[in-house]
Amino acid sequence: MYTQALNTAEAPGAPVDAAAAARFQARIDAEQRIEPRDFMPEAYRRTLIRQISQHAHSEIVGMLPEGNWITRAPSLRRKAALLAKVQDEGGHGLYLYAAAETLGVAREALVDQLLAGVAKYSSIFNYPTLTWADIGAIGWLVDGAAIMNQIPLCRCSYGPYARAMIRICKEESFHQRQGFEIMLTLCRGTPAQKAMAQDALDRWWWPVLMMFGPPDAQSQHSQTSTRWKIKRFSNDELRQKFLDATVPQARFLGLTPPDPALAFDAETGHWRAGPIDWAEFEAVLAGNGPCNRERLEARRRAHEDGAWVRDAARAHAEKPRATKAQAA
Amino acid sequence: MSADLSPLWEVFIRSRNGLAHRHAGSLHATDAEMALAAARDLFTRRGEAASLWVVPAAAIIASDPAEAGMLFEPTGSKIYRHPTFYEVPEDVGHM
Repeated sequence: MYTQALNTAEAPGAPVDAAAAARFQARIDAEQRIEPRDFMPEAYRRTLIRQISQHAHSEIVGMLPEGNWITRAPSLRRKAALLAKVQDEGGHGLYLYAAAETLGVAREALVDQLLAGVAKYSSIFNYPTLTWADIGAIGWLVDGAAIMNQIPLCRCSYGPYARAMIRICKEESFHQRQGFEIMLTLCRGTPAQKAMAQDALDRWWWPVLMMFGPPDAQSQHSQTSTRWKIKRFSNDELRQKFLDATVPQARFLGLTPPDPALAFDAETGHWRAGPIDWAEFEAVLAGNGPCNRERLEARRRAHEDGAWVRDAARAHAEKPRATKAQAA
Repeated sequence: MSADLSPLWEVFIRSRNGLAHRHAGSLHATDAEMALAAARDLFTRRGEAASLWVVPAAAIIASDPAEAGMLFEPTGSKIYRHPTFYEVPEDVGHM
């Protein structure tokens, strides 16, 4: 579902072959794609492994807040759509782990990092889904923000990542539309249903704006990612695009974003948001959001409970080989 | 943990009858049967396929990117391999 600008680009590491590095940058500048077996600076490889694996972890952890409502969806239509959406998120995680593996790291190692609590994932999934309207708000806003961020990643300089993103973006637009439809249905329903939609917007609005990462002034690392054409737009640029696209949608729904300072700047044609509480963002990233512990606990439990399936599959695969060896 | 490593498979999809199989991505599975089942779940959730291939990634022999120049550039100068190299008067009509 989403990769977050966490500003974790590597500082330049060991000295690299300057000529090779210059050739590499020239290829990037010429908009060529870098493929797994091509030369790449070690810092480029490490930055990508971190970004792609964080993105993959976000997809997998992102299944949890929505999975919470599958059994309680209000109709069969909604349940089928939510099941399909959550299944998509799992698939997106797998595409991304596969892309990360082309950089020379095993998926199992990445999963271990997540379960050990040393890998990051998008802060947004550490918020709870308290009502059915939260499922609408997630599709509309969280997936909407994810699309803003992911469309430029389809042109990322690393081929396998870009190709995974193309596949993901194709599947993602249904997610946003189904979310908006849920919100629209609630907003056209009873006053209590509309109040539930407004409450969901109130709780998700600010965390969604934080999804784009810290303000540009504080993200010194993103310059390297921009030079490598991993990142095509700055955090603030993407946040602005999202704001301009989303505020009119909220007004269509008859909902009000919880930002008294939100105003339209007629001169520039942009919506301007009030100040974002970055202390909250930092706290959630540091592991102290409302659901951080619960999410990791759920992932660990799922991994442990699935161990027998992995063991059985392996034993089954071993069997014909063992039988053949015995016969020989 | 290394005991957990399962083989990598490359997945190819024929989207419609009459077209060639195209590479779609890769996945992990312990054997061919499970690779096929996983490929179906992972890559064909929206009617993308009429047929699937899974191939052990280790079975693919790839050319070396460092040798791309040596392998592929020589054809760049062999323009006589293309039909437009040859002059045929317009009066002759389509050929």
